[in-house]
Amino acid sequence: MDIVLVFGVTSIVAAALCIVIGSIAPAIGETRAIVQALSAIAQQPDEGATISRTLFIGLAMIESIAIYCFVISVILIFANPFWNHVVAK
Amino acid sequence: MHLTPDQEILWQWLWLHVNMTMVYTWLLMLLLTIGSWLVTRHLAGPHEPRSRWQNAAEVIVETIRSQIRQVCPRAREEHVAFIATLFLFIGIANILDIVPGWHAPTGSLSTTAALACCVATAVPVFGIRGQGFVEYFRSYMKPSPILAPLHLLSETSRTLALALRLFGNIMSGSLIVGVLLAVVPFFFPIVMQLLGLLTGMIQAYIFSILATVYIAAALRTKEEGE
Repeated sequence: MDIVLVFGVTSIVAAALCIVIGSIAPAIGETRAIVQALSAIAQQPDEGATISRTLFIGLAMIESIAIYCFVISVILIFANPFWNHVVAK
Repeated sequence: MHLTPDQEILWQWLWLHVNMTMVYTWLLMLLLTIGSWLVTRHLAGPHEPRSRWQNAAEVIVETIRSQIRQVCPRAREEHVAFIATLFLFIGIANILDIVPGWHAPTGSLSTTAALACCVATAVPVFGIRGQGFVEYFRSYMKPSPILAPLHLLSETSRTLALALRLFGNIMSGSLIVGVLLAVVPFFFPIVMQLLGLLTGMIQAYIFSILATVYIAAALRTKEEGE
């Protein structure tokens, strides 16, 4: 088969797998964090400001994993470093 | 399709080129500088009537200061100024997305990497100024000197994460609008644009609160850490 075709298909499938698998784990993690924070706020409404600030920091930390996967899949699709090399062959 | 404003080149001469990221960054810096100069030109004293611009500026500054003080009670005025500048720069860059033709400079990896490098430089500087050279570097040796490379590694990776998080969020916002414009042209991109404004403000908040947390960790003295 044509090497360019194989390379393109592989890149796209790899990008899709990267974003799919890479967003499942942060989604579960963020859900758990939000659930815990909501029940904590329900029990102690006075501490709501502190809890939500810590929640935001934690969510940002968790979310960066999904962002890494997103950046990798965008690089694979739009700015693949090996694309020119493969096309030149 | 342009992923980042880095790829739109306005002016080029040999190896020197000016891209849209630089243009929008300088526009934003001009806007912020001239705006704050205009507001603080005639400041009213404590018992005089103040202008509405001064009121607005005081509300913004006081809110940011109280937020920072809640996270880091020992933050001094220089820390507050640094973090508030970061917040205002990122926040206004993202808010100005509602202006047609504006590309947020935070949607380019070079801007966010520069901001993250500012934080990565400021943290040791503030730490050394706060607790002294020896005391600050002794914090790397805790709990044992074997872990010093891990401390360095975590500082590098959190700088990388700061840059990539902001870049990824803002860039994905404009990318989603770009893709949706091709698929469902009329109504849906507007909703995503609104969501992008919210994300932009949240990211500005997160960036500055993380900078505050890092600075607070560097300022922490011996007795507090134990």
